[in-house]
Amino acid sequence: MSTTVSEPTKTSTAPHRHRQEKTRSEVKGFQFLAHIGLAVWAIAIIGPLLWTVLAAFKSNTEIFIESPFALPNSWSFSAFSRAWSDAHIGRYFLNSVFVVTCSTFGTMLLGSMAAYVLARYQFFGNRIIYYLFVSGLAFPVFLALVPLYLTLQNMGLLNTYLGLILVYIAYSLPFTVFFLAAFFKTLPNAVAEAAMIDGASHTRLFFSIMLPMARPGLISITIFNIIGQWNQYILPVTLLQGQGADQKWVLTQGIAQISTAAGYEADWAALFAALTLSVLPMIVVYGLFQRSIQQGLTAGAVK
Amino acid sequence: MRRGRYPFIIGFLAAPVILYVTFVVLPYVEAFYVAMTDWRGLSPNYNFVGLDNFAGLLDNERFWKALRHHGVLLLVMPLVTILIALVFAFLLNVGGGSKQGQMAGIWGSGFYRVVFFFPQMLAIVVIGVIFGRVFAPIDSGLINGALNGLGLGPVLFMADPDLALWSIIAVLVWQGVGFYVVLFSAGMASIPRDIYEAALIDGAGKVTLFFRVTLPLLWDTIQVAWVYLGIAAFDAFAIVQVLAVADGGPDGATTVIGLEIYQQAFRESYFGKASALGVVLFFLTLTFAALTLRVTRREAVEL
Repeated sequence: MSTTVSEPTKTSTAPHRHRQEKTRSEVKGFQFLAHIGLAVWAIAIIGPLLWTVLAAFKSNTEIFIESPFALPNSWSFSAFSRAWSDAHIGRYFLNSVFVVTCSTFGTMLLGSMAAYVLARYQFFGNRIIYYLFVSGLAFPVFLALVPLYLTLQNMGLLNTYLGLILVYIAYSLPFTVFFLAAFFKTLPNAVAEAAMIDGASHTRLFFSIMLPMARPGLISITIFNIIGQWNQYILPVTLLQGQGADQKWVLTQGIAQISTAAGYEADWAALFAALTLSVLPMIVVYGLFQRSIQQGLTAGAVK
Repeated sequence: MRRGRYPFIIGFLAAPVILYVTFVVLPYVEAFYVAMTDWRGLSPNYNFVGLDNFAGLLDNERFWKALRHHGVLLLVMPLVTILIALVFAFLLNVGGGSKQGQMAGIWGSGFYRVVFFFPQMLAIVVIGVIFGRVFAPIDSGLINGALNGLGLGPVLFMADPDLALWSIIAVLVWQGVGFYVVLFSAGMASIPRDIYEAALIDGAGKVTLFFRVTLPLLWDTIQVAWVYLGIAAFDAFAIVQVLAVADGGPDGATTVIGLEIYQQAFRESYFGKASALGVVLFFLTLTFAALTLRVTRREAVEL
């Protein structure tokens, strides 16, 4: 390349212009291929979800005979009412809302308290406790499954919401502490010092000054925890079993159960309705907050 | 920073640390001990059997199958997911060529990014049940319904032992790509525009840009993605339990260690054997993480 120009778009020599024309047609072909690839993937994502929603309105005959993306003959909501009341999807949904609300609140409260102290106070054992939390990231939860079950059994917390919520909080702490400790470290000292001189207590300083300053980090990690705990499966399956457990199940357990039952009862429309009821709220929430959600979920991986 | 410093520190740390030690640290430690007993869970009596449970794994056919499946998952799933995500992220961020000296994404890149990421919002259980219907062997299945319309015979995705694991991998890739598109996009956004500009002035095509600029400058992010996906490859419990036929079937063709642990512990009440499997899983995960960090360590490109 001999073009030693500072503004290449304006001053172009003859061979340069020739190359630009050549690239322009190349770019067109390239973009065409690119769009095909992207569109195929988009259809692969939307297709199964759209098909699920459509099938929720169909009768068994329609599901079996007609082409997958045909519109239902009549928009019948009966499968939804069967899924909501007979298959208890409504109850499982509310159970999930209750458990995740409590556990995310607890995770954020305890996690930010621990992270704050570990990030901003020097004391004997600080590093030990910090690494104790962070090392939890390296352990597969399956390793703890049997002892965890026994621990809850001994405490009488097996098959209770309290037990499940405490376990959710405990297993969310490593990442929450790891992430928030890094975040609290970046907050400026000057504000904290000024508040202390004005006579604020440590507790007051945390709740009325440091927490509000950490808002962006708190939002990301709250979203991360809500979605992680909402989608949790192995923990509720292990901890909510026994007498009357099916009344307490969370949504993921309920969906797995309905999937099995639909096979016996051949009520496929109700299964699709149950799936639709668990997908639609996610689409709404995602539509409203997609930017924060993308940030929150990728928070751990982006430095 | 003097008044009530220690009471404050203890007050803030007590609850999170007690919770974490009770439900996370102690169960992990106990698992190593339970793994060396013949505990059946129901009776309080058990014997210390040393490494017998581990020796028993050596001629456990399902354990070796599960191990092989993790090997396949580990080789294929991260590679395919990262490749697809890299290409898409490149198209969405740099694929549109340069406009007024700024690298731009391809037309519609915002829409594609939103759609691709959405499966991340769904519980893997919900995705598993949806794909259970998508893969259904009869005409009610999305794919086989469509194939039937074209006069093609049914593909037995989950019932064919040669196909079942690959179908599960496909679903995991389907879910995962969007997350890594967003992750890589964030990484690409931090690559200075003038590096692309300089390469374009030097006459670099899209392919050269991708291999010579994007890939080396994104290496750290790709490494993070590799670790995430690798750890996910050692899990796969929920998708296998929901999507595969007959608990990791047909005939163990899709089983994974997490599923074996769950079955041994809560179906057969072999608490000792289940914990031994957990210990193996722990060392596998740890070895993978250590090896990856060692092998992929390269000279970071300073920007």
